[in-house]
Amino acid sequence: MSRFLLPLTIFAVMVGFLAVGLTLNPREIPSPLIGKAAPAFSLPQLHDDGKTLSLDDMKGQVWLLNFWASWCSGCRTEHPILMDLARSGVAPIYGMDYKDQKHEALAWLDQWGNPYQVVAVDAAGRVGIDYGVYGVPETYVIDKQGVIRYKQIGPLDDETVTKKILPLIQELQAK
Amino acid sequence: MNWLFFLLLLVAGSAWAGEAKPMGDDPAVEARLKQLAGELRCLVCQNQTLADSNAPLAEDLRREVREMIAKNMSDREIIDFLVSRYGDFVLYRPPLKTTTVLLWAGPFVLLIGGGVALAVTLRRRQRVIVENAVITDEEHRRVERLLSPGVKES
Repeated sequence: MSRFLLPLTIFAVMVGFLAVGLTLNPREIPSPLIGKAAPAFSLPQLHDDGKTLSLDDMKGQVWLLNFWASWCSGCRTEHPILMDLARSGVAPIYGMDYKDQKHEALAWLDQWGNPYQVVAVDAAGRVGIDYGVYGVPETYVIDKQGVIRYKQIGPLDDETVTKKILPLIQELQAK
Repeated sequence: MNWLFFLLLLVAGSAWAGEAKPMGDDPAVEARLKQLAGELRCLVCQNQTLADSNAPLAEDLRREVREMIAKNMSDREIIDFLVSRYGDFVLYRPPLKTTTVLLWAGPFVLLIGGGVALAVTLRRRQRVIVENAVITDEEHRRVERLLSPGVKES
């Protein structure tokens, strides 16, 4: 019996490692930007390109920055959740229209609804690179001092919002 | 008739032969970009380098790197720029830190462990064979007979 013990142990350890590996999502790369100051930007607004939106405009409040695009299917998936969040008014949501066509973005918002306070246009994706975006949708929670506290890669879901994002917003607003 | 066909082939061949158009104008910049992009991972198609990938993000990142090269930034600065945004994941050769020790040392630990296990097993098996072999006198005589030259087993 004891001669099977060692191979069996090794096998069990391997299965353990592989089982954990299976539950990890390789597309979720931990962002080095958590806990760092949000990169500055100043971009034209989607609804009025005469006006700009810059990072300093949001200083002093806890807010969400959502990178999206009309061509992105995941953005459609999370859209009802963003609408609910916007309706509840817990924190303002600012949109970043990432590498998109202006008329298509406007049509998309008209069709499905606009959860954003203001949408800025990142046509070349440069601000996206500064924020480490590699696939839309991505959502950031940024605190009153302009520090990134959380990054959601991929569509938001109810569980993430209720378990992580809402408690985090409350905690940050209380500070 | 054959030669005409051959000629046609030659002409047609030269019509679309030619190198792919370089993305930038300065060959020195392109060379550095190529060398740097080969070290960097595309975040969208994760098993491709930044040089190989056709993902839109990879194109944007190549543009970014190209501009940094044009600004005369060092390789270190360019890599730091990308790591500060995307983390060590963009590097195909991640740095040696506490979180990556297992990654770097793991293969060697496994190799040494396997070697030790092999040596122990072989030694144990040898001892078993030598100590537990039961050979009768009759067998001994037969072996000696077989090994002595010029003797044929009947």
